[in-house]
Amino acid sequence: MFTDFLYLLRAQGLKIGTGDWVGFLDALKKGLATDTAQLYIIGRALLCRTEADFDKFDLAFAAAFKGATLPDDLRRKLEEWLANAAAVNPNAPPPKPVPQEDLWDELRKRLKEQKERHDGGNHWVGTGGTSPFGNSGAPNAPPGIRLGGSGQRGGAVAVAQERQWESYRTDRVLDVRDMQVALRAVRSLKREGRLELDLDETIDKTAKNAGDIEVIERPERKNQVHVVLLMDTGGSMQPHVEKVERLFTAASRIKTFKTFKSYAFHNCVYDKLYLDIESGKRIPTAKVLAGLTARHRLVFVGDAAMAPYELFSPFGWPGEGQLAGYDWLRRIHERCPASIWLNPDPPRWWSHPTVSAIGKLFPMYELTLDGLRDAVKKLRAPT
Amino acid sequence: MKFEGTKDYIADDDLLSVVNAAVVLKRPLLVKGEPGTGKTVLARAVAEALGMPLYTWHIKSTTKGMDGLYHYDVVQRLNDSRFGDRDVSDIRRYIRFGPLGQAFLAESPVVLLIDEVDKADIEFPNDLLRELDEMAFHVNELDETIKAKHRPVVIITSNAEKELPDAFLRRCVFHYIAFPDRQRMEKIVRVHHPALDQQLLDAALDRFFQIRKTQGLRKPPSTSELVDWLTVLMHAGMDPDKLKHADPFLGVLLKQEADIQTAQNKKRTALPGM
Repeated sequence: MFTDFLYLLRAQGLKIGTGDWVGFLDALKKGLATDTAQLYIIGRALLCRTEADFDKFDLAFAAAFKGATLPDDLRRKLEEWLANAAAVNPNAPPPKPVPQEDLWDELRKRLKEQKERHDGGNHWVGTGGTSPFGNSGAPNAPPGIRLGGSGQRGGAVAVAQERQWESYRTDRVLDVRDMQVALRAVRSLKREGRLELDLDETIDKTAKNAGDIEVIERPERKNQVHVVLLMDTGGSMQPHVEKVERLFTAASRIKTFKTFKSYAFHNCVYDKLYLDIESGKRIPTAKVLAGLTARHRLVFVGDAAMAPYELFSPFGWPGEGQLAGYDWLRRIHERCPASIWLNPDPPRWWSHPTVSAIGKLFPMYELTLDGLRDAVKKLRAPT
Repeated sequence: MKFEGTKDYIADDDLLSVVNAAVVLKRPLLVKGEPGTGKTVLARAVAEALGMPLYTWHIKSTTKGMDGLYHYDVVQRLNDSRFGDRDVSDIRRYIRFGPLGQAFLAESPVVLLIDEVDKADIEFPNDLLRELDEMAFHVNELDETIKAKHRPVVIITSNAEKELPDAFLRRCVFHYIAFPDRQRMEKIVRVHHPALDQQLLDAALDRFFQIRKTQGLRKPPSTSELVDWLTVLMHAGMDPDKLKHADPFLGVLLKQEADIQTAQNKKRTALPGM
C-alpha cells in the first residue's frame, strides 16, 4: 500500500534504493509506526540521509497522505455520499468561484442541513457536480474543498505541509565551511617534510639487529597541489560578489595546498592580471603563465559571458596587447590542462557563444556546492 | 527496553520515536544538529533511561578507525623484550582495546557514543562500516575475531562539519535535532537554572530569539551560549528591564566581532532614537 509513496519520494529526487525501502517496511512490520505522526518520523529517520532531504520528504509525504484531516464520523458519512462518482456534463457553464475562507463556513452550514447523498447537483456535498464541496466534480467547476481520502490522524500531514525544512535544502547558498570541505579534497599526497616514525621498518630493522632497537623515520605525507584562483570581478559579476568572496575565503583558508595564489581579471584574461583589485596592482599574464606547472590546478570563476569580439578579437579590450582573450585562455590551458571553470550563472544560460567557447576549453561547473564537488572530482582526476 | 526521556533531558516526541526505532532496528542512530542542541547529552540520557553503562569515543581530526577497535603497543613490547622487564611471550598484554572494542567485550548491553564523527578524516566513517554492520572485528595479532556479546546501542553525533559518506548514512537511522522553539528552550534553560527569575528569563529569551533572527550573522548563538549568557546575567544581578535597551555581555552570545557589530546595528535601526 505504500508503494505509491516510494515513487512520490523518488519523484522528489530522494535517492531511495530497494534496500532502504525494505528497511522502512521492516520498521513498519515491527510495529514502530502506529499512527501518521509516527509514520512521518520513522519514515524520515530511515529514508532521509541529511536534513537537506527533509523538505523533499515533506512534499512527498503531504502528497501521499493528504486529505486525511476530517473527523471520523463525518468522514464515513461523506465517503458514503462520495463513493462511485457520477458522470459529469462537461459542457455546463462554470459557476463563480468562492473565496477559500468562506468555503469552510459554507461547508459547515451545508453539512448541518444535508441528510443524504447528492450527485451531479450544484449545491449539496456530492460527486460529479459543480458544488464546491465533494470530489470528482465537473472539470469546469470552480476550485473548492476536496472531501475524501483515508482517515488517519492528520497531524503529520499538516506538519509536512508546513515545509519547515525548506531552508535546509542544498540548493541553499554556499557556505564557506562547506566549500572548504569540498576544496580540501584537491590533493595529491607525497612523502616530504617533517619526519614521523615508520613502525614497520623499525620492527624489521630491530628484528634484524636481534632485538637491538633501531628507530626508522620517514617524511610525512604532504599535499603537492598548487592552487591558483582566477576571479572575474567585472561588472556583470556584481550580483555574485558575495558567492565569489566566500569561495575565495574558503580557498585561502585551506592550509593543505602546497601554494595558493589568486588573481583577478575583468571580463576575460588578457595580457595583465590584477594582483588585487583595491590597489589596482597588475602583473603581466605571461609572467604568471611562466610560473605554472602541470602540478598547478587553476580554478576560474566568472560568468564567461561577453560580446564575442571581446573574447576572440586581439583588439577586443581597450589598451591591451596583441593576443585575443581566447588565445590567452588557450595558452593557460596548454600549460595547465587540469583546470576548471566555475560559473555563477545557471547552466541554462551557458548556450551563449562565449560561454560555450570557454566551456569547450575548460570543463565548466555551476558555482553551487554540488557543482563545486563535481569540479573537485575533476581536479583530482584530470583526464 | 524503551526510551522515554529522563528528568534532566528534555526530549521531544520525535526524538523518542527515533531513538526507539534505532534500538528496535538495531541500527546506529546518527544525530545531527546545531552545536548546543543536546546531541552528546542525548546519549547520556539514553544510557541512563535504558539503565546501561555509556562508553564514549571522542573523535578528533587524527582519529583512525583502528583507534576504536584496538591498539597493539609494539614499541612497548620491543622495549620490554630488549630490557627483559616483563614477559613478552603473551601478546595479549600488549593489546589494548579502544571504546568500540570495549563495548563489544562488555558483559551486559551498553550504549556506545561516537561523538563528533565529522571531526575525523573524510574517509573515517567508511572504515567502521563492517564493524558496525557485523558488530565484530578481527585482531590480526591474535588471529581472533572479537564479536559483540550484546549488540550495543550506537549513537553517533555530527556537527555537519563534513559530509558523511553515503554508504555510512544508509546504515544509520537519521535524526536532525531542530533548534528548540521558545517553549522548549524555556524548559531546557530551566533544567540548567531552576532558580532563574521569570522576568529575566522572558526578557533574555526575547532578546535571544531576536538576535538569532538577525540577518547576516556568521554564527547565530545556540543553546549553550544562551545558558552561559543567563549565568552571567544572573551573576551580575541584571535588571530585566535593562535588557530592552542594552545588550550586556553580548560577547557571551556572539563570538565573532563582526556578528556583534551586526547585532548592534540592527538593534539601533530597530529602535530609533536609542
